[in-house]
Amino acid sequence: MALRRFDLEAGGETFAFKAETEPTIAFWLGKYPEDKKRSAVIPLLWLAQKDNNGWLSEPAMRTVADRLEMPYIRVYEVATFYTMFRLQPVGKNHVQLCGTTPCMLRGANDLKKVCEKRIGKKMAVTDDGRLSWEEVECLGACVNAPMVQINDYYYEDLTPESLDEILSRLAGGVDVPPGTFVDRQNSAPIGGATTLKEAALFDGSRNGVSGLPNLPEATKGDNPEPEAKGEPARSKPTNTDREEPSKATVEAADEEVELEGERPAASEANAEGGDDLKKIKGIGPKIEKQLNELGVNTFAQIAAWSGDNVKWVDGYLSFRGRIERESWIEQAKTLASEDKS
Amino acid sequence: MLQDKDRIFTNLYGAHSPGLEAAKKRGAWHLTREMLQQTPEWICDQIKASGLRGRGGAGFPTGLKWTFMPKEVRDRPHYLVVNADESEPGTCKDREIMRHDPHLLIEGCMVASYAMRAHACYVYLRGEYIAEREALEKAVKEAYEAGLIGKNNKNGWDFDLYVHHGAGAYICGEETALLESLEGKKGQPRLKPPFPANAGLYGCPTTVNNVESIAVAPTILRRGAEWFAGFGRPNNTGTKLFCVSGHVNKPCNVEEEMSITFRDLIETHCGGIRGGWDNLKAVIPGGSSVPMVPAEQIMDAYMDFDTLRDLRSGLGTAAVIVMDKSTDLIQAIARISYFYKHESCGQCTPCREGTGWMWRVLERMAKGQAEMSDIDMLLDVAGQVEGHTICALGDAAAWPVQGLIRHFRHEIEDRISEYRAPRTMVQGANVAAE
Repeated sequence: MALRRFDLEAGGETFAFKAETEPTIAFWLGKYPEDKKRSAVIPLLWLAQKDNNGWLSEPAMRTVADRLEMPYIRVYEVATFYTMFRLQPVGKNHVQLCGTTPCMLRGANDLKKVCEKRIGKKMAVTDDGRLSWEEVECLGACVNAPMVQINDYYYEDLTPESLDEILSRLAGGVDVPPGTFVDRQNSAPIGGATTLKEAALFDGSRNGVSGLPNLPEATKGDNPEPEAKGEPARSKPTNTDREEPSKATVEAADEEVELEGERPAASEANAEGGDDLKKIKGIGPKIEKQLNELGVNTFAQIAAWSGDNVKWVDGYLSFRGRIERESWIEQAKTLASEDKS
Repeated sequence: MLQDKDRIFTNLYGAHSPGLEAAKKRGAWHLTREMLQQTPEWICDQIKASGLRGRGGAGFPTGLKWTFMPKEVRDRPHYLVVNADESEPGTCKDREIMRHDPHLLIEGCMVASYAMRAHACYVYLRGEYIAEREALEKAVKEAYEAGLIGKNNKNGWDFDLYVHHGAGAYICGEETALLESLEGKKGQPRLKPPFPANAGLYGCPTTVNNVESIAVAPTILRRGAEWFAGFGRPNNTGTKLFCVSGHVNKPCNVEEEMSITFRDLIETHCGGIRGGWDNLKAVIPGGSSVPMVPAEQIMDAYMDFDTLRDLRSGLGTAAVIVMDKSTDLIQAIARISYFYKHESCGQCTPCREGTGWMWRVLERMAKGQAEMSDIDMLLDVAGQVEGHTICALGDAAAWPVQGLIRHFRHEIEDRISEYRAPRTMVQGANVAAE
């Protein structure tokens, strides 16, 4: 877990929300039930951070706590738990560099060097106060890796050169529009999308259908052809020749499996009068109970099982051959003869 | 191979406007009123029949999940909460839905809320997705103004949608941590039971679903459960957004049918593996939480829940991270371990201490500064973290490490031998991972 402490000195004594933030605060408070105002703590802390030059001071946390009528400690807890709340001053442009494996594979480590060279150590602010940076965990733009988030927005598909260019422009006080820095459309493959080219998808022509398929009334009558149900552009499955899932999967999906073999005959004796089946290696209290429920109570019964019986019980207990592997029948025969002598 | 006419997310790349008019032309909000005139049971049955399994990673049948909600609303209101806290490394699919096709999501929220008799829905977005939040808020506003949602709307089911956001905690993707966070607390997962369907948000019955699961629901109802069930193998049906990142020539997001083979997926949409197929080393097929699969096993495997489970990995969120032979696998997994160390909420000791321990040992192993016996010890510790925590983050931290050792133990051993060869006595080799 991330261990985070807040900077008490840099924050000063007071904090107040900017006047233009007030409607946004009201907007957020309106989203939650009247007695659950506390839910708004993360959005409000986020707004406070915005109003406090991109970081969260201790007076700002107290202001939020007062607004929401929460104990201060509950707000401190939240502020230190969530890593987007910065607990020390940052630059005007705060760079969050994603360093997690998908970005690392595409060269995030080279971007780190650029940041170190241009800005300095992590969380250090440049002298002019324009830049600071930190490494963060996955920002969720992995197909556009490597990427950074600068203040609110994502800068994607970077190279050391393009990041260097961005940083030098920001250092010079020039805004850089966010987005991808190579020739591609958002998350489409470079060089153009391989899909979504049919014009009919976008001109509204697929809305001609006037009813839903599979309605309760429709299914009462005789089974109409699937095509006749009026689904737009329904295609036949393209992969019908694929193999079925493994047997285990099917069995798991369908509990009511037809068991092969023959159910062994139940005995007259009840469980109390029978043998202690647990003496057979491989049978525990749970299996003993299940066997008792089947009416199997004595060694002699197990010893007398036919091949078909074994198959059935194997299936019933879903054992996949354990009965044979542990040679229950041989064990039962020995135990039965010991009992007699 | 999926054809264009069967794609659900037709504005995946943002080539067209995300606005209401354009979304309607693409098919959103069509026949929604008719869907809401049916019974909630009909909707659940259709989703069940479509075989839709949750798209957030666990693959639980969505229709079944919806039926866990109480059948009638008593003193506590019902809530739908949409999990848009997309933080699993490798995953960036929900982002495209929210910024380019937000109306499919809003419509899905409405239909799903009706199916669960909820009048309010919260979408919990990760904090970093600020552009996405702006896009979604804009679309919600449009829907309210057009009278599609809200009180006394055209669709005949009172429904309010609220967008909420987090602030950079991976753990809030876990459903109970998400609810805690939405209640204004630290995102530490709750013990289950009680399950959210009984006591979730504000103690009320709640269902938490992934964005993609919700956004495909209206299209399934419009086009029929059997249409959706026609793609993919049995038990693994439907279409799915794949996020392919790492060492492919053209990383991209793409909607494909389930059970497409890995080779088809990469060749058709991603321009092949960097340096050719012989250069492929390993693939993490479902986001950083699932174990890696070596090249020879994954090349012709079907990309679906069951095949990948049989390969001792998982489809997860279908975030495919491709690694070629230039990759330092130990370093790659060490970085993933650092991620889990960073994101552990600190509630359960095995995870809080274990994730950091595993990361430190892996960092040493990446340099070769370890004992051979450390490998087994690492495996042992991973096994002790797995399954001994409240939520699945402990498992998620252990699985990549186990996958690495399972398939590439020889690489770690070589690295250690290589480090030792020129050193007769290695200083510090016996130092524990403090």
